[in-house]
Amino acid sequence: MRFELMYESFFKIIQGIPLTLQVVIIATILGFILAILVALMRISGRGILSIPAYYFVYLIRGTPLLLQLYFVYYGLGQFSFIRESFLWPILREPYWCGIITLTISTGAYSSEIIRGGIMSVSKGYLEASNALGMSKFMTFMKVTLPITFRQALPAYGNELILMVKASSLISIITLMEITGIARTIISKTYAPVEIFLVAGSIYLFINFLIVMSVNFAENRLGVKNI
Amino acid sequence: MRNLKIILAFLISFSFSSLAIAGDWSKIRIGTEGAYEPWNFTDASGNLVGAELDLARDLCDRMNAECTFVQQDWDGIIPALVNGKYDVIMAGMSVTDERKKTISFSKAYMTEPARFFTLNNSPLSTFSSAKNLNLDDDGSATSGTISALNNAMKGMNVGVTVATIHEDFANKYLDSNVKVYPTQDEMNLDLAAGRIDAMLCDVGTAEAFMETSGGSNVVTFGPNVFGGLLGEGVGAGIRQGDADLKAMFDKAIADAAADGTISKISMQWFGKDLAP
Repeated sequence: MRFELMYESFFKIIQGIPLTLQVVIIATILGFILAILVALMRISGRGILSIPAYYFVYLIRGTPLLLQLYFVYYGLGQFSFIRESFLWPILREPYWCGIITLTISTGAYSSEIIRGGIMSVSKGYLEASNALGMSKFMTFMKVTLPITFRQALPAYGNELILMVKASSLISIITLMEITGIARTIISKTYAPVEIFLVAGSIYLFINFLIVMSVNFAENRLGVKNI
Repeated sequence: MRNLKIILAFLISFSFSSLAIAGDWSKIRIGTEGAYEPWNFTDASGNLVGAELDLARDLCDRMNAECTFVQQDWDGIIPALVNGKYDVIMAGMSVTDERKKTISFSKAYMTEPARFFTLNNSPLSTFSSAKNLNLDDDGSATSGTISALNNAMKGMNVGVTVATIHEDFANKYLDSNVKVYPTQDEMNLDLAAGRIDAMLCDVGTAEAFMETSGGSNVVTFGPNVFGGLLGEGVGAGIRQGDADLKAMFDKAIADAAADGTISKISMQWFGKDLAP
């Protein structure tokens, strides 16, 4: 074990934390909005909405994230009509390709979590708000969504942790986040055990913070008392 | 308890199998990357092919050894040698002082300069300079060529593959935005897509790409770069403890160079003679 090397590389690797967090946070927010849209399409009862949503989730969940990343980054760049289109300034950047891929991925997985949450809202609540004269939109915003979030929170916390770990894949498209920096150091020092231990501990710490935050939110929302 | 016995039996057989190999070179495992055409690459049916595969088979015949090939990603290719996953690296690896700190090398079996490549519509395609840039020569011509290259590519995206002599060159001499790729194939795609303005790599591997439809508008510019931190040519990487294996390779390579085998393999794969 080369402890001195671990100490030195720690300060290099933590420089990748801002990029990891940026990509994860932006993709999580965008993916959450996408997930609500897809979940609503799935349960809309109209085939024109629910069938595309079903196949979107099926496609994204059924293919490896690594291949999706290759497809968005290397695949789309092969076509000259994409390189000449207005999308190219965005798709040219590995940063946005990483965010787009992670957004689509978490959007598909989270939509199923949210759909499960919405379906778990008991009919009695909806009948009660109907009896109180609340509109369908108001019922959704004031009754269904809050209960959905409470129900979905434990599973969604899991999804957040998976996102942090999935972000390590973007190192293959030249982004120097935690894993990217670690791999560069390894290729120079030939010390994979030491460097991956440091990088792994950093991921562990980030995920520790997420677990604590989700636990805190669960307690506040009384998830355990349902 | 029974499981424990099975596991122990496995561990013991593993440790004996590695012991049996040490010092007995009738069987040699050769590690290569399989993504560096035409040195070593994977053909359409998934087989490892290339100049180094042909050369390795020839060298193994000369050493009366039975050789097997192991594919390994480039960025872990030295650690896997040190850890005993295979005994020799033949993967277009240049012999450099930096790498000699960790492993030893046979004598070089081929030498090839590095060059820059860009697209034919890039302003860099008209860059003109001296024909050669020898980094061992520290005269004013050398520093002039380097600063001309640096000025031409200042602020541009320049691609290299990870942990190569080319990455070392870009980090030391260029004020460009250096993009580091895991393999040559991925860098080729990004050069063709215009994500990078230029790439620095060995001539042969870029020429192999230029012959494909995806690389038809790729052109070369700037000087042939060699010497200095670019090393002494491509050699076989061997663990530092295996001096006997290194001696076997040195002799086989010298024989293969002397009887023209290396030139023949080189002509076949590169279309030119890279024999040392």
